[in-house]
Amino acid sequence: MTRSRLFCALIALVLLLPVTASAQTLQDVLQRHAAEVADPGRRTVGPVIDDLVASGLPGVPGFLSAWADRSVVRRVEDGLFFVAREGDGDTLALLDIATGQTVAEAVAEDAIEEVRPNGGVQRVIGTALVQFQLSDPDIAVRRDAVQALARSLEPDQIAPLERSIPGEDDPALRARKEQLLAYLQARFGETPQVRIAALDSLAGDLSVETRAVLNQVLATEFRMAEAAPEGPRLARLLVPGEDMPRADAYAALVEAGLAEPAPTPAEMKAALEANIVEGRVGGIPVAQLFTDAARARAYAALAEAGTVPPLVTEAQIDASLAAHTFFEEYIETDADVIAAAARALASTQTTVAVNQAFDLGLDALSLASIYFLAAIGLAITFGVMGVINMAHGEFIMMGAYTGYVVQLVVPDYTLSLLIALPLAFAVTFGAGVAMERLVIRWLYHRPLETLLATFGISILLQQLAKNVFGTQARPLTAPGWLDGSLVFNDVVAISYIRVAIFVLALIFLAVLLYVLNRTRLGLEVRAVTQNPGMAASMGIDPDRINMLTFGLGSGIAGVAGVAIGLYAQVTSEMGQAYIVQSFMTVVVGGVGNVWGTLAGAGLIGLSQKGIEWLNPANTLAAQTYMILLVILFIQFRPRGIVALKGRAAEA
Amino acid sequence: MTATVTAPAGAPPRRSLIAQNPSILWFLAILATFCFGVTFLAEATGTGAISTSMVKTLGKTLCLCLVALAMDVVWGYCGILSLGHMAFFGLGGYAIGMWLMYARTEIIVAQSLAEATLPPTEAEIRDGIATQIFGVVGGNEFPAVWAFAHSLPAQLAMVVLVPGLLALVFGWLAFRSRVTGVYLSILTQAMTLALSLYLFQNDSGLRGNNGLSGLQNIPGLESLGQDVISIAFFWASALALALGYLLFAWIVSGKMGSVIRAIRDDEARVRFLGYHVESFKLVVFTLTAIVSGIAGALYYPQAGIINPAELAPIASIYLAVWVAIGGRGRLYGAVIGAALVSLLSSWFTGGGAPDVDLGVYTVQWTDWWLVLLGVSFVLVTLFAPKGLGGLVDLIAERRAPQRVGDYGPDKSALRREEGPPQGGEE
Repeated sequence: MTRSRLFCALIALVLLLPVTASAQTLQDVLQRHAAEVADPGRRTVGPVIDDLVASGLPGVPGFLSAWADRSVVRRVEDGLFFVAREGDGDTLALLDIATGQTVAEAVAEDAIEEVRPNGGVQRVIGTALVQFQLSDPDIAVRRDAVQALARSLEPDQIAPLERSIPGEDDPALRARKEQLLAYLQARFGETPQVRIAALDSLAGDLSVETRAVLNQVLATEFRMAEAAPEGPRLARLLVPGEDMPRADAYAALVEAGLAEPAPTPAEMKAALEANIVEGRVGGIPVAQLFTDAARARAYAALAEAGTVPPLVTEAQIDASLAAHTFFEEYIETDADVIAAAARALASTQTTVAVNQAFDLGLDALSLASIYFLAAIGLAITFGVMGVINMAHGEFIMMGAYTGYVVQLVVPDYTLSLLIALPLAFAVTFGAGVAMERLVIRWLYHRPLETLLATFGISILLQQLAKNVFGTQARPLTAPGWLDGSLVFNDVVAISYIRVAIFVLALIFLAVLLYVLNRTRLGLEVRAVTQNPGMAASMGIDPDRINMLTFGLGSGIAGVAGVAIGLYAQVTSEMGQAYIVQSFMTVVVGGVGNVWGTLAGAGLIGLSQKGIEWLNPANTLAAQTYMILLVILFIQFRPRGIVALKGRAAEA
Repeated sequence: MTATVTAPAGAPPRRSLIAQNPSILWFLAILATFCFGVTFLAEATGTGAISTSMVKTLGKTLCLCLVALAMDVVWGYCGILSLGHMAFFGLGGYAIGMWLMYARTEIIVAQSLAEATLPPTEAEIRDGIATQIFGVVGGNEFPAVWAFAHSLPAQLAMVVLVPGLLALVFGWLAFRSRVTGVYLSILTQAMTLALSLYLFQNDSGLRGNNGLSGLQNIPGLESLGQDVISIAFFWASALALALGYLLFAWIVSGKMGSVIRAIRDDEARVRFLGYHVESFKLVVFTLTAIVSGIAGALYYPQAGIINPAELAPIASIYLAVWVAIGGRGRLYGAVIGAALVSLLSSWFTGGGAPDVDLGVYTVQWTDWWLVLLGVSFVLVTLFAPKGLGGLVDLIAERRAPQRVGDYGPDKSALRREEGPPQGGEE
């Protein structure tokens, strides 16, 4: 609490002027409430503070903070209050309560009584202090005060907050104060006009706080009545069986004394069991009580004899429910305020919906860029060579593990990332070329067998990774500057890692387009894609091109692995999570075209996020429906969104 | 179709099924010998040299052989690399598992409620069963898919109907829009993934990732020990395998078999010849799916538990691996592949195989079996596209077929089926 001490000192400096005799002093006010000040309780402290604030004395804030700090003492001999400070040895120095000047030195501890307000009182004092702190010259104090105020909005904060706004010179803090004032006025404003004006100013604001305030103004309570209510306070009617369970509605009636309690099936059963007389219940043998009808008869017999409470039939329940109307009613009584709040909430909800759509778009974009990164390598190998590489996911995994190993050696995360990206490309490029030379080259005319052979390589690589790195997930830590999120407002936010992945996807797209369309290699690749025989006749070596293409596709997978490893867990099975999605991206997009893959990734990312939005609780269901959607999509465009035309299509 | 080769002029003489497929007799003889051997060595019926769990493993292997047969017909003969047949297998298992679980829980619930003072009502028994079965996923009501779970005949029909209908609808959609080759494989894989993801949800109504368990306890047969039940299921599996072998041998050797193989080799040409390719494919796809479902229904009571992981795409890929290693395009190849690889796999991963000490490093097969499988799979694909079944040709001293092109069995497979080579080696 050094800040409070400093605060006392400041106040004291300002107030070194002698207090005029005609005005009452702080000590006078305190002496009027001497007992309450010395032994404050939560109930008694209120009037004291009110009186202190009403006095308008400049020393009040200093005293209040000293009081809350438990540094106020009362001198035994004359009952005057002082601020105590530790003196030499066991003694204390006493300071004047208003000016802070030292009044007495070396006072023995038994000459004074300490004033020790409890936690509850301290909070009350703290709330009272807020109004002084709101205008404090120190901006940090003001910020703390505003924060404390925002935590618990109280009606009596309106006046001090309003007073502090004109003097506020920090624009951000001023805006925040005005916002809080609007909240306070909306909820506790004195006249409906003030409240409506405040509510109108809140319309369209999408912060969580605003929505909470609006909902508090529009809080409802459950009611029931015999006649249907009318008027602006009616929030909505509740139909038993539709808007609320029948049992709940009936229980509410019973609780209100408007209906007889109906025995539940369990209670009926217990009553039957309790009334077995010589193997019979109500004259019916126990052995026959295996249907509900028989049990009801037995219970009715018991009820007639008066041993159990009477049975309430479904018809009776229906009649009771029909005789009453159940509804929710606004606690707020002023119709105009309700209308204004409803208006503001509707407008806010519209803004929130728009922003949520935007946020969803960002999510979809981020997912699409991940799918694009994962799939583009596959699209190249599949598109150019017609080779399905089932080990593609394992190349992603290899890239991620490369990043992990680099981080083991290079502790600086930024530097290690810069090393890992090209290294992952190099490693997986090498692996891809080796695989192409050793296996795939021999299987060009047998696409289904490549699928199987590469699957063999996939399980081999997976198990090798498991043997080398173990089964537990390995961390691939993002550099510090990628922590946190890019926050637009309370609804729209995206983490920097996802932004980075998006940027990486863009870079990849640009580089690939450049390589394929503007370089010699790209020209040869496209030639081989379209017609390998003709390309060979033109002096292009298809073998070499195939090898390089396969290496390129694999290398991209490795880089994608580093990117994916930054936000997902690096395990030997991580590739499996992406392989089917990647296939679908390629197939939906259309083979052999970068734009096609982009379109496929966009479509799949968007539809998956869209389905998740419709059913947010269940991402598994979203994936299921997304796959079904893809299967249906293939029905209509079997060759994907961007389909190759002409002879190349059947190649 | 050897008949056409030997008698090119005139109509081919009608020959019996067995004459066309000499492997049938061999297969049935070996299967029968194997079954009787196991029976005489089993605990319940013989000396007890083979433990009950081993009998179950062998019984399960027979079921896997059956689904591999189906896979061989749809892939090796018809050229559709389906990555969904293990999903049909799993669906069959779920269908029978629902009845097994329901009926057994019913007995347990009825027993516990019988001790109550009042005799239980039907609704109470049903609620009790629902709470028992779905308590683990936080439910206490029967989902709609369990509507027929109380009836064995209904669920047995489901074993056939569910995989059959799914395959029919999916196949109709896929074949109609002429999705072929690799695309079709990916599509079937997507279907499998969707199915397993769906079953992983708790509100799928099939207990989410807990799956169905306790399936080895056959309701009404509690008095018989597991040793007897295991032998019974072993024989049922063997019988199903034998019938499946006969059925598929019959299908692939008749005229329909010729069309199916022709579709594998050159789909467009068959279409131009006037055959309705889609119908043939659909029949083969659906029929093999049904057989897979039946195999699954026999497998899971022996395994005792089924969960959605069993339907994951990887399982279907392994199925393709078995068939490829065993040898595509010959029925006994699929059986050899499935039996050998699945038994080897359980031997290696179960810790049965001795570790190999290389001095600097000890190879533990639990860690290295998949590496070995992966390598051998690549090697088989590269160097022995006919798989282990190709060894039979060597034993039978049959000449390797001369191929017209350099295409493998996918694009224009064993041309000897179609006739003598036209142009020799390329």
